[in-house]
Amino acid sequence: MAHVEQLVGSYRAWASNGASGAPTWLKDLREGGIARFHDLGFPNMKQEAWRHTSVAPIAEGSFELAKPPARIPQLDDIRPFLLFETGYRLVFVDGFFQPSLSTPFFDDIQSLTHVVTHRQDLVRQHLGKYAATQDRPFSALNTAFVSDGAFVHVPAKATVAEPIQLLFLASGKPVVTHPRNLVVIEREARASIVETYASLSHGPYWTNSVTEVVVGEAGRVDYHRVQRESARAYHVATTQTHQSRDSTVNLHSVAFGAKLARHDIGSVMAGPGGTLILNGLYLLAGEQHADHHTTIDHAADHCASHEYFNGVLDDKSRGVFTGRIIVRPGAQKTDSKQTNNNLLLSADAHADSQPQLEIYADDVKCTHGSTVGPLDPRALFYLRSRGLGEREARRLLTYGFAAEILGRMEVATLRAQLDGIVRGRLAEQ
Amino acid sequence: MKQGKVLLEVKGLRVAVAGTEILKGVDLTIREGEVHAIMGPNGSGKSTLAQVLAGHPAYTVLAGTATYDGKGLLDMKPEERARAGVFLAFQYPVEIRGITNSYFLRSALNALRRERGEPELDPIDFLQFLEQKLKAIGWDDSMMNRPVNEGFSGGEKKRNEILQLAVLEPRLAILDETDSGLDIDALKTVAETVNKLRGPDRSFLIVTHYQRLLNYITPDVVHVLADGRIVKSGGPELAHELEAKGYDWLRDAAMVS
Repeated sequence: MAHVEQLVGSYRAWASNGASGAPTWLKDLREGGIARFHDLGFPNMKQEAWRHTSVAPIAEGSFELAKPPARIPQLDDIRPFLLFETGYRLVFVDGFFQPSLSTPFFDDIQSLTHVVTHRQDLVRQHLGKYAATQDRPFSALNTAFVSDGAFVHVPAKATVAEPIQLLFLASGKPVVTHPRNLVVIEREARASIVETYASLSHGPYWTNSVTEVVVGEAGRVDYHRVQRESARAYHVATTQTHQSRDSTVNLHSVAFGAKLARHDIGSVMAGPGGTLILNGLYLLAGEQHADHHTTIDHAADHCASHEYFNGVLDDKSRGVFTGRIIVRPGAQKTDSKQTNNNLLLSADAHADSQPQLEIYADDVKCTHGSTVGPLDPRALFYLRSRGLGEREARRLLTYGFAAEILGRMEVATLRAQLDGIVRGRLAEQ
Repeated sequence: MKQGKVLLEVKGLRVAVAGTEILKGVDLTIREGEVHAIMGPNGSGKSTLAQVLAGHPAYTVLAGTATYDGKGLLDMKPEERARAGVFLAFQYPVEIRGITNSYFLRSALNALRRERGEPELDPIDFLQFLEQKLKAIGWDDSMMNRPVNEGFSGGEKKRNEILQLAVLEPRLAILDETDSGLDIDALKTVAETVNKLRGPDRSFLIVTHYQRLLNYITPDVVHVLADGRIVKSGGPELAHELEAKGYDWLRDAAMVS
């Protein structure tokens, strides 16, 4: 495919020019990424993991590698996308770190570009160690272009009190960005983070992000991801978590932007006693297509993973959910629960939901369930019989579908903010 | 007892569901302040009557009228009936995912207050208002932050219906087999709450399969519904007679008539 060659060509030009000052290990990482992408090419719908999602508009599209923005936005421009004005934040425009809009913290909450040289050992120890590229062309491509993104490091036993904001804004130019984020929560450390993708204009563009989150023994992260890209955008993303023993990851995802979105979420429970919550909501309308592909890998015993994804689909939108759960031999006493509920608000909306359970241990508890359907007419009558008008009743039931997910967010300030965003989105429909 | 004015008058009501006629000509008059009980065997049409009066869309009215407070009830949407003071305590209360009980109750109360031209209650005012209502059914506010009816036991669901009744303060409360599946303590709580709510401005239509509930709530009138018609009406003693004799003698009477 011509476009693969184009991307490889653009990599060569970039690697020999702007990116040539990188340390050798990073150059090697990038070379590995581009070689892998060259081998794999773009995925097609004959592949199991892609059978409901065509990436042809991306593969056949023309997106130049983003350049630093000519005009740097002011704080007023980005205020609509900030959940808080206090606390630490890292802001990126077209993938480039913007110091004037950011409030970093030394070399612990910083741009990746900066820490690649200033904390080389730590970055080298973790970067690219968790997000697979073997059979993941987009992750491989991101790895080839690793340059900038967010870096968060919370030292052992430290707690960051306020949520950390990572904000990725698109200028709206027809470009591709490859944000690369690395979050390292050391043992017994704790932080809450919100990673947001949004756009300053309505143009088509392509985001291809990878975020790696590693949590040390008894560490905890409450990670929130908000995808509210432009309605003409293409959003491809990988979020990969890796947990040591007794650690907690609460990963919340709210997605309602982009024309076409694919989000691969992977979680490896590498040590015993870990707890994971994957909690996701997708709100789609028009002709939006969103594909969530989740993989939870129980590699150790006595871990619990609870996964909840709700979709609200209007107009001609389409939602795809795949929930793969692997319980490795020896991962005894695994407690795994998965649900995916889809609400169809229109006869033309469509949802695909598939659980994939691979269980190789015998003393485990694994349950899954999924639903696809319209609003429950019994619930509608129940609300109307209490005095709510039909429109109000529909809106309340629809909001309930979203609120079920939002209610699991334990960081109250963030939950309230995201609740407001979701209400705003539903009010548009 | 001084007779109140007529609140609900049902005449010749015939109703079908999925093409089958269930109610075959029901006449019923309920005055303000009265408590009426409707008893009858399974399949007699008791629940159909309750649901039709609340406006359930699955039922088709074939003939007859229902006049509520001087207005044609059958022409009103379910929400219009609710706002006019009609309340149905469901036999099978519905689970509403993601919406907490307190949010739901406040939304419903505010819909009624808007209709009456009263200011809406904010969450804080509402919680104060709710506190006394909760006491009446023996609940604390822990049930208020759970999604409506989700994971509730059968008894909790029924209590929740009665809580809604207490909060929404309807003029005509229809209880559709609220006593079914309740243990004796829950039954007493439900009955006590209903008795407290009894008053000259409020009427009750209590649909029940068992006489048991009527040991605690003394009705003014008892009706027997059999095969889609009211075949007998009488005072509270009729309930005891039914308990002793069963329904068969009345069903036979209905066939003959």
